[in-house]
Amino acid sequence: MIPAPQSHSKALGPGVTGPELLNPTSAVLERPPQPKPQQPLAGGHAFMVDPSAVPGAHGADPTRQHTKYPYVTGTSVMAIKYKDGVLIAADTLGAYGSTKRYKSTERMYQVNDKTVIGAGGEISDFQHIQTLLDELSTDDFRTDDGIQLTPQEIYSYLCRVMYNRRNKFDPLWNSLIVGGVQPDGKGFLGNVTMNGTHYTDSHVATGFASQLARPLFRERQRDDMSEEDAVTLIHDALKVCYYRDKQSINKFQIAKVTTAGTSISSAFSLDMRWDYEVFKEPTKFSIGAW
Amino acid sequence: MACVYDGGVVLGADGRVSVGNYISNRSSNKIAPLAERVFLLRSGSAPDAQIVSDHVSFYVHNLEAEQQLPMSVETVAKLVMQINYQNKDNLIGALIIAGYDEEKKGQVFGCPIGGTLSNEKWAVDGSGSTFIWGYCDAAYRDNFTRAEAEAFVEEGVALAMSSDCSSGGCIRLVTVNSEGAHHKYINGSQAPKFQDELNVPGPATGGMILG
Repeated sequence: MIPAPQSHSKALGPGVTGPELLNPTSAVLERPPQPKPQQPLAGGHAFMVDPSAVPGAHGADPTRQHTKYPYVTGTSVMAIKYKDGVLIAADTLGAYGSTKRYKSTERMYQVNDKTVIGAGGEISDFQHIQTLLDELSTDDFRTDDGIQLTPQEIYSYLCRVMYNRRNKFDPLWNSLIVGGVQPDGKGFLGNVTMNGTHYTDSHVATGFASQLARPLFRERQRDDMSEEDAVTLIHDALKVCYYRDKQSINKFQIAKVTTAGTSISSAFSLDMRWDYEVFKEPTKFSIGAW
Repeated sequence: MACVYDGGVVLGADGRVSVGNYISNRSSNKIAPLAERVFLLRSGSAPDAQIVSDHVSFYVHNLEAEQQLPMSVETVAKLVMQINYQNKDNLIGALIIAGYDEEKKGQVFGCPIGGTLSNEKWAVDGSGSTFIWGYCDAAYRDNFTRAEAEAFVEEGVALAMSSDCSSGGCIRLVTVNSEGAHHKYINGSQAPKFQDELNVPGPATGGMILG
């Protein structure tokens, strides 16, 4: 971040940052805003118009809904590149606030032979994104030239969609992961947030996984890792997210995209460690504690 | 969750303590001993419930030393109620007191936020309780045997864990009868699973199929 310029206080002496005067006077308090790196000034002050407040404004539609809060949500999604392609993983829970309501939600979607997307956040918005991508894939199919959208193209398309919705104050409340294999055979992973912020990397994660799984990926992920190592790494990451994220269940899916083909596995569960000795009587020496 | 059976009481709790969406402790012990045969089930604000259990167990130890007799469950419950009620503006503790004494056998008292005291045959509390009121109403019978009561409590806690994000992890059961308190720990993978959940595979298998 660009640091804000400090004004050095004449009252407090050299080398000390502080207000220009120890007790600011009206000359300081009421002066017009000074240009700063964050806000270079030219012309009038910035202002905002809420289109829904302007009657008859172009595009104002009183029947339009805006997603202000998510209702049914998915939690983390994580993905890594490995030797043959990419692996993407997520659990299958659609939580309704703090209720584990839908335990078989599909949070990953196969767009075409070479791309899978995964989403956390509002499930209805993700289902809408699936419809949009389905329309693109159908158009591809109709041109009948065997060419499909590449993962990178789908990623760019989704960046534009998410950013444009954000600009209209009507975001699609999702954190998306796009994973696939490019025409040159190399794996591709991208992350697009509900703001339109996006990046690509060898490993991507959203939600709790971005804090819990990312350190594991940084330590162990290599672009040329074997499938067995990649699956073990993803399992470990899924376990950590299940141990520490309230809104998760022990029911996961993994999608695999390689040059040989694409598949999303059926739901499976992982063995978890509950057999630590301390867990049996954790408060043996601290009665009344938790 | 706690219930009375023919010969004592059974108490059960899950093991999850969370801070926002982060699970800070996945195997906590929510069952605090107040006397040799009286236990406190704690939910709501963790520090508030803990301070109540610390104070009451202190008073109980002192009184039992003076009287040279074990205290009745009702007396212990009233002590808990006094703290909850006199400090009702500052405490958020939803508590259940359950235990066994020779005179009235097994008893369960609910002491929700505010400091009401209510003698019940069974009691549930905590965020997960909302999901199992119907189950408890339908499944409870008078004069359960010990095994039936343990199954009732274990199933209730497991059902709550299945639907509530704030409940999960391991199940702890404590059965209190004339012989004393008997503790049981059911690890998270062995807890009952319900429709739409998967049973956990054994440690030897990889546990997944890749297409």
